Amino acid sequence: MSAVSKVVRYVARDLVRSRWLLAYAGFFVAATTLLLRFSDTPEKAMLSVSHVVLFVVPLANVVFGAMYLYGAREFVELLLAQPVRRGALYAGLVLGLAGPVAGASVLGLLLPLVLMGAGSAVAGTALLVAGIAAALGAVFTVLAAVIAFAIEDRARGLAAALGAWLVLAVAYDAAVLMAAAQFADYPLERPMLAAMLANPIDLSRLLLLVRLDGAALLGYTGAVFQRFFGGAGALAAAGAIALWIAVPAWAGARLFQRKDF
Amino acid sequence: MIALRGIRKRFGALRVLDGVDLAIGDGRVTAVVGPNSAGKTTLIKSILGLTRVDEGTIVIDGRPIDAAGEYRRGIGYMPQIARFPDNLTAEDLFAMMRDLQDGHGMQDEELVQALGLAPHMQQRLRVLSGGTRQKVNAALAFLFAPSVLILDEPTAGLDPVASGIVKDKVLAERRKGRTIVLTSHVMSELEELADDVAFLVDGRIRYAGSVHDLKKTTRQLSLERAIAHVLSRGLAA
Repeated sequence: MSAVSKVVRYVARDLVRSRWLLAYAGFFVAATTLLLRFSDTPEKAMLSVSHVVLFVVPLANVVFGAMYLYGAREFVELLLAQPVRRGALYAGLVLGLAGPVAGASVLGLLLPLVLMGAGSAVAGTALLVAGIAAALGAVFTVLAAVIAFAIEDRARGLAAALGAWLVLAVAYDAAVLMAAAQFADYPLERPMLAAMLANPIDLSRLLLLVRLDGAALLGYTGAVFQRFFGGAGALAAAGAIALWIAVPAWAGARLFQRKDF
Repeated sequence: MIALRGIRKRFGALRVLDGVDLAIGDGRVTAVVGPNSAGKTTLIKSILGLTRVDEGTIVIDGRPIDAAGEYRRGIGYMPQIARFPDNLTAEDLFAMMRDLQDGHGMQDEELVQALGLAPHMQQRLRVLSGGTRQKVNAALAFLFAPSVLILDEPTAGLDPVASGIVKDKVLAERRKGRTIVLTSHVMSELEELADDVAFLVDGRIRYAGSVHDLKKTTRQLSLERAIAHVLSRGLAA
């Protein structure tokens, strides 16, 4: 067994037993169940569920990830004193953290669908929503790792985690809309496209949009992106999300390699 | 033997270690002492590779320490603060360390018994008291019968009985020829345990040598007074 999988095993064991993770999965069970019950069609319910995912997953993952890693500081020191490479320990910590959290959201989302027998009607959509919950969870977990290993002070780190979420989930779209209104006389497609790629939440929204065809989800940036890429847009967005996981993961690894514990 | 040469480390503008030269002898207990923020923990963490030094070399038994960290297989480390993942049990923690150490070699669970940890092994670490966690911390450091033991404030937070057990264990390991480095603020404890003392002030070694010699040069009867003497008047008697 590699050092990475050894670390993953115990970090995951710690998380799987935590009440927080149970509550997180429970939240998705409750949200999906309620929305299925009170929506006209399962399709509409999944649309609402996807709203919840886009809002809750980034916030929960970045805040919980940062809290966990700050809390694990002394544990990480103990592990670093063992015959393990730093790179392996970093990979083990991030995978061990991201895996169970993503698993909890996926299970929480899909379980009510299966139990209520609504799964078959919206199977594709449900899997997409679950996949996006897992991918967005990974993005914000690696962002939490970057924050936790870049900022020494716990309180400032948690503030940075909240700040990162506020910027990407709330302030970003407002800024893009303001810019679009300001420069409405100019051809804005390319800048808008760039703006879209720069935000993993917008990217996820686009992926859902292509599938659900729900005009309600269509922010200005989403409209531009869809027209520009056509059918290939989904693929481009998925690639960009993968970059959103890979680049911060790499940055976090560098920080971890150089950090003084 | 652990040899440190010209170790420098700064955190921002703060020079924590400012050219430390120190030879830590085999089979002896070396106490790293000094006022608060003198750089004791940073020095210990440098040996373990937890802190990356800016300048200088650290050589353990003739081999410079490296990033792969294989050399740490022979080192038992007891950190100052015992905080573990909330939802693991002490047993999980021991199993994890065994996995990471690849399990081979002799295992020494004497402290688990002596400190009465057996009934707590299956409990989650979150519910253990601070003192019990510190006992787990101590038992972990000695678990792989390492040839080098690095103990940062080993008796802090322990009750007198447990503290005595840990001190006895340190002396027993010393008799087996292990190299032990420890820090402590409790002078009576160092008096009991330490053969050598490395006195660190403002990131430099003010005195390094045997406790016996230090007392003789300063003409003091106790280690505490000898150190106070060095602090106030230097080495002159």
